[in-house]
Amino acid sequence: MTEVQRHDYDVVVIGAGGAGLRAAIEARALGRRTAIVCKSLFGKAHTVMAEGGIAASMGNANPGDNWQVHFRDTMRGGKFLNNWRMAELHAQEAPDRVWELETYGALFDRTKDGKISQRNFGGHQYPRLAHVGDRTGLELIRTLQQKIVSLQQEDFAATGDYESMIKVFAECTITELLTSAPTGAPGSAGVIAGAFGYWRETGRFVVFNAPAVVLATGGIGKSFKVTSNSWEYTGDGHALALRAGANLINMEFIQFHPTGMVWPPSVKGILVTESVRGDGGVLRNSEGKRFMFDYIPEVFADNYATSEDEADRWYDDPENNRRPPELLPRDEVARAINSEVKAGRNSPHGGVLLDVSSRLPAEEIIRRLPSMHHQFKELADVDITAEPMEVGPTCHYVMGGVQIEADTAAAVGVPGLFAAGEVAGGMHGSNRLGGNSLSDLLVFGRRAGLGAAYYGIRLNGHRPAVDEAAVEAAGQRALVPFAEVAADAGPGVTGENPYTVHMELQQTMNDLVGIIRKADEMELALKKLEELAQRAARVEVEGHRQFNPGWHLALDLRNMLLVSVCVAKTALERTESRGGHTREDFPLMDAQWRNVLLVCAGATADELSVTHEDQTPMRQDLMDLLELDELKKYFTGEELAEHRARAPR
Amino acid sequence: MSYWAHLRVWRGDAEDGQLVDYPVEVNEGEVVLDIVHRLQQTEAGDLAVRWNCKAGKCGSCSAEINGRPRLLCMTRMNTFAEDEVITITPLRAFPVIRDLVTDVSYNYAKAREIPSFAPPAGLEPGEYRMQQVDVERSQEFRKCIECFLCQDTCHVVRDHEENKTAFAGPRYLMRIAELDMHPLDARDRQREAQEEHGLGYCNITKCCTEVCPEHIQITDNALIPLKERVVDRKYDPVVWLGNKILRRGDKRVR
Ligand SMILES: Cc1cc2nc3c(=O)[nH]c(=O)nc-3n(C[C@H](O)[C@H](O)[C@H](O)COP(=O)(O)OP(=O)(O)OC[C@H]3O[C@@H](n4cnc5c(N)ncnc54)[C@H](O)[C@@H]3O)c2cc1C
Ligand code: SF4
Ligand code: SF4
Ligand code: FES
Repeated sequence: MTEVQRHDYDVVVIGAGGAGLRAAIEARALGRRTAIVCKSLFGKAHTVMAEGGIAASMGNANPGDNWQVHFRDTMRGGKFLNNWRMAELHAQEAPDRVWELETYGALFDRTKDGKISQRNFGGHQYPRLAHVGDRTGLELIRTLQQKIVSLQQEDFAATGDYESMIKVFAECTITELLTSAPTGAPGSAGVIAGAFGYWRETGRFVVFNAPAVVLATGGIGKSFKVTSNSWEYTGDGHALALRAGANLINMEFIQFHPTGMVWPPSVKGILVTESVRGDGGVLRNSEGKRFMFDYIPEVFADNYATSEDEADRWYDDPENNRRPPELLPRDEVARAINSEVKAGRNSPHGGVLLDVSSRLPAEEIIRRLPSMHHQFKELADVDITAEPMEVGPTCHYVMGGVQIEADTAAAVGVPGLFAAGEVAGGMHGSNRLGGNSLSDLLVFGRRAGLGAAYYGIRLNGHRPAVDEAAVEAAGQRALVPFAEVAADAGPGVTGENPYTVHMELQQTMNDLVGIIRKADEMELALKKLEELAQRAARVEVEGHRQFNPGWHLALDLRNMLLVSVCVAKTALERTESRGGHTREDFPLMDAQWRNVLLVCAGATADELSVTHEDQTPMRQDLMDLLELDELKKYFTGEELAEHRARAPR
Repeated sequence: MSYWAHLRVWRGDAEDGQLVDYPVEVNEGEVVLDIVHRLQQTEAGDLAVRWNCKAGKCGSCSAEINGRPRLLCMTRMNTFAEDEVITITPLRAFPVIRDLVTDVSYNYAKAREIPSFAPPAGLEPGEYRMQQVDVERSQEFRKCIECFLCQDTCHVVRDHEENKTAFAGPRYLMRIAELDMHPLDARDRQREAQEEHGLGYCNITKCCTEVCPEHIQITDNALIPLKERVVDRKYDPVVWLGNKILRRGDKRVR
């Protein structure tokens, strides 16, 4: 095989978004030599696109806020399927992680008394999202990027080399995790030893030898046609984890954000931040009606206003009024919009109207929502200070991901593997609240960095050696798209164009495993995915290995297909509706299913298994943070036997 | 509503390359990046281009369109006549890697030379207090998406490779201004701006400001005020302290 570049590190972090950068900062703080590997340039990861804010119960806007309230909101938002320990740690540690950013140089918007300002968001009881206008993700990524630079400056002062402790390998794609060579003894394989990848610029191969790898690769949205996600979101980390022997959980739960742009076609799916609604924007159908009042579900009936007057009063007097139903959790709002459009009450281009122009003065809109103003003006010729926006659901976030131990972010089943951020599963249950991702990145990015560092330290110098046969195989596999596979497959078989296969995959997932699901459609999807996998194996690309997007896509396809099968299989298996999983044939939530995690395992689509696993019962003191009447809506009777209201101490 | 546009795209690598003509279909509402993607899907599967967000937020898709530095994803096709030839070339100030992709490592090297935020002594996390009016000036500069269009356009380096060592470029001089105006930054930055990062090379032509897709007033709000402070300093070094304290009332540049 062609020559392979080699690097030795203590910790390799795959991903330079919020989770990866925070993990790297922590690993370096513990003295571990750390590599950060990412597909794009440094500072361009998906996190840069986050808009609305970062959730943390600092209590700056409402002193009644605290971690317990945040915990409750997160569990409610996820319909109690969340890994409660992750939700607990997240709610407890988020404020410290946000304050810490200020010491790195972040400049959040301020309250009158000079603290970090916090805004309202769907599902959050109090104004809780720290923000910078509507470009919070940019502030987060830049702050962490600049913190890494400042650490490199310290290392330069100490060693004369900026990269002695932390090095960023930008535009470098990992295609395989490497484990130690099997010795034949049962359970001897499957210990992380490194990672294999290629430089996008040159196409050359690279191997990282490292005992600990942190996956922080983000999500899977590029398998769907209408999405707010970028080209990077091909589910690489999800697929890498599966192939290394780890599990994925909750893959049936995909968040369709209620408000993506719908017109013009080329921008369909681009996000319209929830802050538009948090700051007063309302949703109307073609008849001018604020339709969300018709869609308040039973479980939330106590917390949401039933009249426009009450909803409008809430912005100024949240103590004595209930919140507007536009601020229901995202799954509820997305389904409501979907129903309105289906009923024919849609806006001209098949969405509904989101109006902030009649709710705030123009200057205020421009101050609070500058990038939305810019985005609509430049891309759709719409002035949001004067007219409503047309919006509709867009694939936004995957709740599912690598199954991890909450405290250390260690992947279940693969020693040395850690996962944080969107690629990790559990924290958000069946539906994520807005703003809870950015805080998740910091809380669990830090924990993954700690976990990976300590794991390596405890190995005491016994670094597992990579399986050289696997390196060889990974290199050969990566070059398949350049071989004339189709001609070898038999007469009349032609090579496939990676872009065409990708577009058909996106259409399939969008149409058949989208926001509303049915058994027969998902069965059809699985069949189509199988066909697409066969075609993907015959993909041929032109040109050579130097910065060749066709080749890169051909390699990403394998991951997208594997992860799509996970989504379709688990979605077919779960015969209820909950959060980001809505079944037309099973429209109700079922308490028996609440306790069940669907666990995917297997290195290829053929080997993929989906098994049922019980959740760990929630600790009683956390259970007692909620009222029995509310819990009854989600839990079975036995699960609630010990609740404080039943068993008074 | 769709029509065929005439695209002329630079194809090649560090050694060699040429402009190649392509007819490409254009639909309503599309931006130049859509057309480049269509080209990849049809005729040129290996055409190299950077992009991520397709919404003007990440600063990846920088290139030159008809000679002007722009974001491919924020340039609408309807800004050109249907029969106009649209020429897309890589950023001129940086070495070509392949097609529209350039080696922008100069910028990352410069970023590393600017001393980082210096946290104030005696304040614990959570104790930072700043007024909105005081953070707004630095916030304007933090809108920067690092597209490097300003770096590409500034004449100090655009055709003067030799100045790259001494000159940080508008984006990173602005970074110094940002930190200098940060209400709690504890470092004196003005002397080094002039002496180590080449502030003196800038002759305030404002070309950087003109191409900034974030509409940041780089020259008026960052570079000129920074220059003024440096000049003040030359007369009287103790003004630095005064500046830091009086900054709150200083409305000169808004
Ligand atoms: C438009 C938009 C707005 C949003 N707004 C908000 C918000 O306001 N609040 C909120 O909390 N959340 C928001 N989210 C969600 C949130 O931004 C993401 O969930 C989060 O940023 C994911 O961060 P991450 O660190 O997990 O991964 P990312 O930031 O996506 O980074 C992934 C990294 O992994 C790298 N990578 C991937 N695969 C490979 C590979 N094979 N080899 C090497 N590197 C690889 C990528 O290059 C990248 O560096 C928003 C999302 C979108 C799309
Ligand atoms: S104003 Fe200064 S930095 Fe900007 S382009 Fe002109 S010379 Fe360059
Ligand atoms: S200042 Fe403007 S032009 Fe320069 S890099 Fe930042 S966003 Fe781009
Ligand atoms: S693709 Fe992100 S700015 Fe153009």
